[in-house]
Amino acid sequence: MKFRRLIFANLFRKKIRLLLTIGSFAVALFLFSFLAVVRDAFSRGADIASADRLFVINRTSIINPIPLSYRDKMLRIPGVKMVTHDNWFGGVYQDEKNFFPQFVVDPENQRQVFPELIVSDEEWANFLKDRQGAIVGVRTAERFGWKIGDRIPLKATIWGAGNWEFNIDGFYHGKRPQDDETQFWMQWDFFQEHVPDALKGQVGWYIVRVDSPDDAVRVAKNIDAEFANSPFETKTETESAFAASWVKQFGNIRFLILSIGTVVFFTLLLVTGNTMAISVRERTAELAVFKAIGYSDRKVLFFVLAESLAIAIVGGLLGLLLAGLAIPVLANALNGMLPQLVLAPSVFALGFMTALAVGLASGLLPGLGAMRLQIVNALRRI
Amino acid sequence: MVRVDGSGGSNSLIGVRGLDKTYHRGGGEIRVLQGLNLDVDKSDFVAFMGPSGSGKTTLLNLLGGLDVPTRGNITVAGDEITHMSGHKLTEWRARHVGFVFQMYNLIPVLTAFQNVELPLLLTKLSKAQRRNHVETALGVVGLADRMSHYPRQLSGGQEQRVAIARAIVADPTFLLCDEPTGDLDRQSADEIMALIERLVREYGKTVLMVTHDPVVARRAGTTLHLEKGVLVESAEPERVAAGGRHEI
Ligand SMILES: Nc1ncnc2c1ncn2[C@@H]1O[C@H](COP(=O)(O)OP(=O)(O)O)[C@@H](O)[C@H]1O
Ligand SMILES: [Mg+2]
Repeated sequence: MKFRRLIFANLFRKKIRLLLTIGSFAVALFLFSFLAVVRDAFSRGADIASADRLFVINRTSIINPIPLSYRDKMLRIPGVKMVTHDNWFGGVYQDEKNFFPQFVVDPENQRQVFPELIVSDEEWANFLKDRQGAIVGVRTAERFGWKIGDRIPLKATIWGAGNWEFNIDGFYHGKRPQDDETQFWMQWDFFQEHVPDALKGQVGWYIVRVDSPDDAVRVAKNIDAEFANSPFETKTETESAFAASWVKQFGNIRFLILSIGTVVFFTLLLVTGNTMAISVRERTAELAVFKAIGYSDRKVLFFVLAESLAIAIVGGLLGLLLAGLAIPVLANALNGMLPQLVLAPSVFALGFMTALAVGLASGLLPGLGAMRLQIVNALRRI
Repeated sequence: MVRVDGSGGSNSLIGVRGLDKTYHRGGGEIRVLQGLNLDVDKSDFVAFMGPSGSGKTTLLNLLGGLDVPTRGNITVAGDEITHMSGHKLTEWRARHVGFVFQMYNLIPVLTAFQNVELPLLLTKLSKAQRRNHVETALGVVGLADRMSHYPRQLSGGQEQRVAIARAIVADPTFLLCDEPTGDLDRQSADEIMALIERLVREYGKTVLMVTHDPVVARRAGTTLHLEKGVLVESAEPERVAAGGRHEI
């Protein structure tokens, strides 16, 4: 491209202005990536939900229990393949801020219902033999430096008081990078031995695997119908619907993030649009000379757009690069407080496209102005 | 041969017939050019003089295809430019006109070499050919050793010489110079005029120039005055008068 040098020379005309404009793009794109990553993290539950899993909770609220005796009744409903159950333990490890989710699991069915969370057979066998055993997600194990055989005290908060002690028998990891690797699993039997009598035989929620995902909605209806008018009515949802309603507890994060993102880009558009307008206006006489010596209106428009696009590309890539470097660090720092932060290629691509769009849009108005410039008037003005 | 009475044949390089230019401003009309005629042959060197506001720049803009007349027509080397579309006119300017402005109008972020190369970027010439042409043009104006200087590193006279190199590099049909020495001291002005004269004599260029300065105008083969919207020949050719003084 023989005009490359010309475009470069124009770009570097005001170096500080160039740096600031590139900086605006970089900051905006960094912010954009970070917001997108947080949004992804919160809505990931719905994305990774398995289509053949149903969550059964107490109709009143998820913190109300359901009797263990419902399990056999569920298994008799056509379309139900297997059933497992969880309780939220909610213990504290040393300090409140060391939060990680702890579930009381049903060892018999846990691995069949959640096949994507992988534990080696040997570790699982050790877990089954050990009433006080625990299986921990690799992220949490890494966070606290736990090894097999470590004894971990958890201070009970919901199910009585005092420390409950567990032995680490193994670790699980997710099949996919998005899978939650922070959970702590303990045994139902051990849990039952230690909870007060009044709370025995009550599970937090059930997870049902159905024979066919196509059947999921019908089976869910049948489960709720089965327990209608019982003392413990149920509410059954597909896993994705359950995850979505869980996200709603945090308020409308999607909307919040979208609003912030929109404001960021609108500001960016105004800043760069204004910069381009100023830099074109300063050059009115020069642009007139270009046209006088035979440069077409379209070429003049192209020069202005090429300039704003170059700024957008450099600034945008810089911001995305920074995000790529910073997000893993942030994710580590926020360990356990937020779901796993992953900078997905789609976020990269979307960010880059948005930067291009802002670059084009900010160059367009000044570019059209330059295109329509009357040579004679522009030369007379100097 | 330069004529202003509309009597030039169809073989003159530039032919202007019945040129009118009227500006409308705030309801009023300013009739700047009124039925102007002009014929210029190849290698003519014409100076236009006239008081400020008489329409000299307007005339050059029309001749250079930067503006369109209200009435009349302009023919250059057989091409009637008055009815060309904007896009065609742009191409025509690139091929036929070299502009030299009073304020030089170089691009400040480009070197002398790059400034002179600008018109050639619109041609199909290869990089090596472009370099060749630019070096030749800068050699003609005597700035072969300043190719990588930026305009701010050059004197006014040198800047104007770069501008002249830019105007001639694509070998246009004619040069239009609007007060090319208007911003220069006497010595630089003389150098610029010597250069333009040389372009006419040695290279056979056709030059139409506007100037305020009778000393500068004297260098031209013909001096025309713009009066009441038309061109008139000088009652007393300056060159003859000057020559006469020397003989005494
Ligand atoms: N775009 C325009 N709009 C209105 N009036 C104009 C315009 N351009 C030039 N004029 C007027 O036309 C007249 C001639 O201007 P110009 O050709 O620049 O004169 P000169 O170059 O001889 O000083 C002046 O009165 C000027 O004010
Ligand atoms: Mg003028």
